[in-house]
Amino acid sequence: MQPKKLELVCPAGSLPALKTAVDNGADCVYMGFRDDTNARNFTGLNFAFDNAKEGVRYAHAKGKKVLLALNTYPQDEGWQRWTKAIDNAAELGMDAVILADPGLMQYAAKTHPDLRLHLSVQGSATNYEAINFYHEMFGIRRAVVPRVLALAQVEQLMAGTEVEIELFGFGGLCVMVEGRCALSSYATGDSPNTRGVCSPPKSVRWQETPKGLESRLNGILIDRYDADENAGYPTLCKGRFDVQGETYYAIEEPASLNTLELLPELMRMGIAAIKIEGRQRSPAYVEQVTKVWRQAIDNCQRDTGAFAVKPSWMAELGKVSEGQQQTLGAYYRPWK
Amino acid sequence: MKLALGPVLYYWDRDTMLSFYDEMADAPVDIIYLGETVCSRRHLLRLQDYLDMAERLAAAGKEVVISTQTLIESEYDVKTLRKIAENENFRVEANDMGAVRLLANKLPFVAGSTLNVFNPPTLDFLAGLGAARWVMPVEMSRESLVSILRNRQSGIETEVFAYGRLPLAFSARCFTARHHNLQKDDCQFKCLDYEDGLALKTREGQPFLTLNGIQTQSALVHNLIGELDTLQDAGIDVVRVSPQAHHTGEILRLFREGMEQRLTSAQALAQIEDLMPAASCNGYWHGKPGLDFIRNTR
Repeated sequence: MQPKKLELVCPAGSLPALKTAVDNGADCVYMGFRDDTNARNFTGLNFAFDNAKEGVRYAHAKGKKVLLALNTYPQDEGWQRWTKAIDNAAELGMDAVILADPGLMQYAAKTHPDLRLHLSVQGSATNYEAINFYHEMFGIRRAVVPRVLALAQVEQLMAGTEVEIELFGFGGLCVMVEGRCALSSYATGDSPNTRGVCSPPKSVRWQETPKGLESRLNGILIDRYDADENAGYPTLCKGRFDVQGETYYAIEEPASLNTLELLPELMRMGIAAIKIEGRQRSPAYVEQVTKVWRQAIDNCQRDTGAFAVKPSWMAELGKVSEGQQQTLGAYYRPWK
Repeated sequence: MKLALGPVLYYWDRDTMLSFYDEMADAPVDIIYLGETVCSRRHLLRLQDYLDMAERLAAAGKEVVISTQTLIESEYDVKTLRKIAENENFRVEANDMGAVRLLANKLPFVAGSTLNVFNPPTLDFLAGLGAARWVMPVEMSRESLVSILRNRQSGIETEVFAYGRLPLAFSARCFTARHHNLQKDDCQFKCLDYEDGLALKTREGQPFLTLNGIQTQSALVHNLIGELDTLQDAGIDVVRVSPQAHHTGEILRLFREGMEQRLTSAQALAQIEDLMPAASCNGYWHGKPGLDFIRNTR
């Protein structure tokens, strides 16, 4: 049996990144507007309306889709910013919007019934009852599943729903259930849910000290590096901490998710799409990762049985991985 | 305002749990939330045990609510959820949208804080499905809450997490097992050894977080006992205290006395400090980082 077509969904933090993704084999790109309506609300990133328009034109001209992430939780004081973003998405001809908030889904479903809705990973839906809920209430067509389920659990989930499933395949790894993590606001005041950011750059301080290079988030020591160690961005769950006198990566090592070797299994299961994380990353990253994943998916689609991960792919992806380390994350049960 | 006791977030042995709730039957609390909300591997009390306990507490005059697990991963978890939703005697706190699907348009339910209600349309939507009460997200500020309550259509009750280590994050991974170099599937129930969770400090000794199995909590104790007047003014209906291993009954008593204005907020704050496992924080309520503490100057 010919395996179902697996879409490659690539990050576009800017117009150059979008074009790079499209030119290197992405089936879809996903983007956000330039404000807190999306969960990569970083300075210098994302799209103003006209930029987005050019992005959609470029992708559609090459037969590719554009998805718009509106995946933060609208705060009451800015509600109109989110509904306006939905209206803009419809006007721009986005192929789908990726949402987390039920109130916003209700608005989208009522106001723009033809606009395709995807459930964001920030919606924290880890079971088919939750996914079916969003489907029945708002007609969502696809759900992006948090990076917390083992592969067998994903398969169980898929048996209980008609909704398409999109999984994260590569990139930065959230170890917490997305949408249910307030660690960042506890430390800094801003979080993915409230401001579309995690461990925001404005709270980061680097300091050379006699004990080594220190990274701090709002004054909290996240990590300290010896001269021979590579320093990483102080995402607060990826620091080294002290638990009962032992200093280690108590929550998670700085590593990137990489599921290349699971491709045949993901195709067999009928996963609709693989998402590459990294809207905050450079066009060079997007090019590298899109190329490798395009080749891998095409190889696997041609002959699933003979699929083998090429060392060169792993080497390429290794170069752009956090801390140069890669993991299968929760898909591999013993990781938990 | 009514006073509520949240579900026990830690893993205590069976006898400890039974005697804890025997004590709570006589505690000055109106509402008791019961159930395992953190990890399905914690099995010393089964759902039936919780339902039996619920009967006893209801007989003692408490409003009892059964709380559902927050992270639903397996078919087993879904089955448990279904059993809870099908119980006809007790109100249920839905901590996942899967639970909402099973409870919608049946008995009134409580929309738990992890449902992420951040705006009036979402609140009204859940009220329309039968939510009689909602618990605001722990990271929400007073200002945002007041704005939501001003602009909502529904008359749903509002509850605030007002005391306890903040449940900040949930993961597939068990950090307590990880600390012991164990996999979650073979965790040897190490959570039993940490009655108030496992302390995580920075490398310079600052208490930062608390590991509680797959849940990560704050190291500091979120404490709004000094803010009872601002909670009242904001239009809060229910104030929640989260259980800790020791002194929970006394903490409830202080909250009750504060709510009845038999203690000033300064007096209540001074008296509660000796009963706490760590220092206070209340930044979220003030729109600041959650770990900040701002003294009420009213």
